[in-house]
Amino acid sequence: MATETAHGEETGGLVFHPLDQFIVKPLFGGDGPIHWYTITNVTLWLAIAVLAIIALFIFGTRGRAVVPSRTQSIAEVLYGFTYKMVEDVAGKDAVKFFPYIFTVFMFILFSNYLGLIPTSFAPTSHFAVTGVLAITVFLTVTIVGFVKNGLGFLSLFWVSSAPLVLRPVLAVIELISYFVRPVSHSIRLGGNIMAGHAVMKVFAGFAAIAAISPVAVLSITAVYGLEMLVAGVQAYVFTILTVVYLKDALHPAH
Amino acid sequence: MEGDIAQLGQFIGAGLAGIGSGVSAIGVGHVAGNFLAGALRNPSAAPGQTATLFIGIAFAEALGIFSFLVALLLMFAV
Repeated sequence: MATETAHGEETGGLVFHPLDQFIVKPLFGGDGPIHWYTITNVTLWLAIAVLAIIALFIFGTRGRAVVPSRTQSIAEVLYGFTYKMVEDVAGKDAVKFFPYIFTVFMFILFSNYLGLIPTSFAPTSHFAVTGVLAITVFLTVTIVGFVKNGLGFLSLFWVSSAPLVLRPVLAVIELISYFVRPVSHSIRLGGNIMAGHAVMKVFAGFAAIAAISPVAVLSITAVYGLEMLVAGVQAYVFTILTVVYLKDALHPAH
Repeated sequence: MEGDIAQLGQFIGAGLAGIGSGVSAIGVGHVAGNFLAGALRNPSAAPGQTATLFIGIAFAEALGIFSFLVALLLMFAV
């Protein structure tokens, strides 16, 4: 994508490319080749997200006051919200997977919101990041399903409430939809975040044209407000789908 | 680059893929509207169903995101 940086200039209006913000750059040593150990802007913002989560929960749980401080309230609200979600959707026996689900939720939530800071970088806009998260969830759920239920896990694909003639057809459809899960799971999160950031950059490009710049600036504000909502909702949706998949693995019978 | 028929096809295809976003917006509105209609009939049952609401919205929205992705791929990757 780096070669297309000047692409927008020919057409007028946009002087930068709306997708330039997603370029992965090494932090040190210029534009060298990127290896797996190269420290890039993605590495930086992933680390900031992780450190922010650790800081929130260390400072949040330090006091253990009966009347919580502000930091402690935030930590408690997030913890209680996720705990209740796991318990309500997947049942009591899913609670032992709560630490994993909570980690995923916190990581996505913090990455999304940190990515909204101007000039920062949103790691969750990259399918490489969301894809790893989704594949991990997929593998976990599949392994848990087979360990918990043995071959009974396959009853997830055999819809016993349907007429017998329809069951093989439904089994094929269920099987396909099961294997498409990690794809839709990752693209939903990554696509939403990427689309939102690209839309803001497009409006930022319009702000350079004097005649419509007030409208464009107001639009950026409105879209930014929408993105604040989307960042929270997408983290929630990713987490709740994880919980729903986990429920399928623990109780596969329809 | 002028008059390149393949590029014409790319841009038209990307524009057509944009229709998908609009159609998925109809789907999301349908889910949310029906939820509201049901919630107003029986407000006491509504809070327990917000998780289902968000799952429904997410499934409808994902297809719109797919079409956006197709548009992006046509514009920048093909």
